[in-house]
Amino acid sequence: MSDAKKPSVAVYKFSSCDGCQLSLLNLEDELLDLAGALDIAYFLEATRAVKPGPYDITLVEGSVTTPHEAERIRQIRSEARFLIALGTCATGGGIQALRNFGNADEMARMVYAHPEYLEYLDKSTAIAEHVKVDLEIWGCPVNKHLVLECIAALLQKRKPNLPQYTVCMECKLRGTVCVTVAQGMPCLGPASQAGCGAICPANGRGCYGCFGPAGYANMESLSERMHTLDRFPGETALLLRNISGYVPAFRKAADELHIANAASQKETK
Amino acid sequence: MTPTATTHPERLLEPDWAEITAITPETEDISTFWLRFEAPAIQEHYRFQPGQFNMLYLPGYGEAAISISSDPDESRRLVGHTIRFVGNVTRAINRLKVGDLLGLRGPFSAPWPMDAIEGKDVILASGGIGLAPLRPAIYHILRHRERYGKVILVYGARTPRDLLYLNEYEEWRKADIDVQITVDHADETWSGRVGVVPMWFYHFRIDPRKTALLTCGPEIMIRFVVFEALARRIPTDYIYVSLERNMKCGQGACGHCQLGPYFICKDGLVFPFSALEPYFNVEEY
Amino acid sequence: MIERHLAISSVVSLPKTELDALLAGLRHNGYQTVGPCLKDEGLVYAGIESLADLPRGVISEQAAGKFRLVQTGQERYFDIIPGGQSWKQFLFPPRLTLFTAQKDGRWRIAPDGEPAPRYALIGVRACELAAIEIQDRAFMREDYADPIYRARRRNLFIVAVNCLHPAGTCFCVSLGSGPRAERGYDLCLTELDDAFLVEIGSELGRSLMTELACEPASAYLQNAANQGLEQAVKQMGRHLDTSDLPQLLAGNLDAERWEQVGKRCLSCANCTLVCPTCFCWDATDHTDLLGKVTRRERVWDSFFNPAFSYFAGGNTRPAIRSRYRQWLTHKLGAWKEQYGTLGCVGCGRCITWCPAGIDLTEEIAALREEVEA
Repeated sequence: MSDAKKPSVAVYKFSSCDGCQLSLLNLEDELLDLAGALDIAYFLEATRAVKPGPYDITLVEGSVTTPHEAERIRQIRSEARFLIALGTCATGGGIQALRNFGNADEMARMVYAHPEYLEYLDKSTAIAEHVKVDLEIWGCPVNKHLVLECIAALLQKRKPNLPQYTVCMECKLRGTVCVTVAQGMPCLGPASQAGCGAICPANGRGCYGCFGPAGYANMESLSERMHTLDRFPGETALLLRNISGYVPAFRKAADELHIANAASQKETK
Repeated sequence: MTPTATTHPERLLEPDWAEITAITPETEDISTFWLRFEAPAIQEHYRFQPGQFNMLYLPGYGEAAISISSDPDESRRLVGHTIRFVGNVTRAINRLKVGDLLGLRGPFSAPWPMDAIEGKDVILASGGIGLAPLRPAIYHILRHRERYGKVILVYGARTPRDLLYLNEYEEWRKADIDVQITVDHADETWSGRVGVVPMWFYHFRIDPRKTALLTCGPEIMIRFVVFEALARRIPTDYIYVSLERNMKCGQGACGHCQLGPYFICKDGLVFPFSALEPYFNVEEY
Repeated sequence: MIERHLAISSVVSLPKTELDALLAGLRHNGYQTVGPCLKDEGLVYAGIESLADLPRGVISEQAAGKFRLVQTGQERYFDIIPGGQSWKQFLFPPRLTLFTAQKDGRWRIAPDGEPAPRYALIGVRACELAAIEIQDRAFMREDYADPIYRARRRNLFIVAVNCLHPAGTCFCVSLGSGPRAERGYDLCLTELDDAFLVEIGSELGRSLMTELACEPASAYLQNAANQGLEQAVKQMGRHLDTSDLPQLLAGNLDAERWEQVGKRCLSCANCTLVCPTCFCWDATDHTDLLGKVTRRERVWDSFFNPAFSYFAGGNTRPAIRSRYRQWLTHKLGAWKEQYGTLGCVGCGRCITWCPAGIDLTEEIAALREEVEA
């Protein structure tokens, strides 16, 4: 296949740790096939050669945290035929969205000697808050096999075969003993989107929902149950207020737990 | 006539391959795909009955349950599937060309009760692509017209451009089938009836003691057709409904298409309403 | 040796250490021996080679949403009531490649060529035997048999074990499926302090026993086993009133209780996946980059996954309460009409392994109360 006929791909980084782009580069066995099927037109992490847009497939890692990024994502969208938000920073705001719960200026003063040189937005937000996103691939980091599946689906003009169930399904499919039931640990698995392969419970700790809430998650029941298992005050709330903490379902559930915790502390005083 | 399933009993979900021999465009988003098995011996033995469906498989995209819409007496030669391009699999099938292959498993499900309704007046009520599974029943009636009394087809579509099998209505009428067509929304080309299928029921003289109703279409249409039929006192054993659910295996094994005690793919798709009555008005059941 | 005396339904006593020889005999006959093992604070079913792989001196305390291992210090191997895994994983694997389709001009199918494995299941409880019997009916119907299940089922060797210490979520007595293993095994063990009492259930079981150092069971040992089982009947942690269950459920599809349980249910599917009788599955395709090769895989599925009931007309059961209702009305109602038996054996897994602690015995009791009120 000549490059002219191959779909062109661009990969961009916004506010993020690079981990999701690294997952792409970690597709060692498949990288040759990918390079054969796609025209890698813009991927600074992999190659300095840059071809002009528009691009058939655009992958965006990271969240929007600065005025410059807010401008840049609109520019990228204008050159993108199909835009994929890659990883939970891009789909949910990421761990840096924790600052959305406080005062950004105060935090900047605490961290930087000269915050006056910083330009930042009040909040770290997902790509879809700024431009239309055609497909979201969640995860911190993304599961490289799911990324490959999404690209394969695009090349074959089909719906990507992404799990449409919770992390609990993945635990049971791989035979993991439930950490909530057998060890009394809070775990967001019953309300979290699958796709990771249930790595955390398989390694003896509760899920913190890095693939985001499942579309049909029953957050009220989950919070009510899990927080009774907290091994230290606020453990479930901390799980919720994590990588996917700014995603509405988790945000609301953590808010409600915080309110409940504050009320119960008041009572005990 | 016993249908012969082509399914390999020792190989779960393995299809046989069939070649697309022709594609008949029906409407903007519906075409009929004519299939013939690659292996002549399989084609020779393949039989289906009106109202049955096949699972069509395109590797990578998956399987889709598709009603057979062709003449059962022609099954030795060709099997027709009228397909609306709405899902992952059917959209991919829409991109196929004559000569391409599709996997085929089937036929599955209980058929329309063509024998049990002999001697009766027959009302066929259908909407949209719901005419596809009824067409084999119409062909059967055409071949054995003398076995049935008055036959009325009420068929509705959203617009005149969504009507299926337009060029066959004349032939059906010639065989003394009262073909009544209606559309939800008319356009400048349309001088016929406007309105939904159940609306037209009161136009027909129905003798409930000797009438059978076969209906297939959108669930909301089926619901009101059944209400009309009940109001006209057609016995619930002679109101036959073809249902749709998420069919995966076709053999009542995978559990997806259950309704109460039924596996719709195996115990349906066609049910007498008397069997569905307990569940008909239960929300989300 | 006592070879000449052994027959099907003979009862003998076997020193505990001889279990190693039995396992070796099974492997010698081409079986993979699988049994209970401790893992990650739970009990799983995995490959075992000898007594040393079995959990010794451990029991499980079980409650709604809770499973805990407890050390007893006793020299016993089978007092522990099982965990979230069931034997169905060996007959109906969670994931299984069905075939591979390759496009080489035309599509060609390469079936998965692996022969069906031969499993010897060690330590199958009465409720679990009942569950296998129920799955037999679902997978091997007269008009259609699942070829994968059937091949694995035919290859199965079952060493049952009588249950002497039921857990808090057990209610097999309510379903008549335990605690004594009545049929469907090759060998059945009752574990006493110093020996196993072994009942012989099949010809292969008998011939394996002839190689072992077993003795006719004394009346004393048989009495001890019977007394243990009588005690176990009284120790059920739960009770399910099964009278008229299908009618109760079918007649009350609009009960208020569905609303309430729908609020608690997480729709996480755990109950269906740990259930030893649940049989729903899905098939999915996995392709290479360009779609020239497709692997078709069968995978466990569940009513609780919203995609389960999705078709072109929409989702049949969008609300969680509808999915829970579908599960319970199927398991304890429609199942009877489909397969001539309820789909529940009273093992209690769905209660123990529900992260929200929903208890179907409690749900049925509440439904009865609502209906009677």
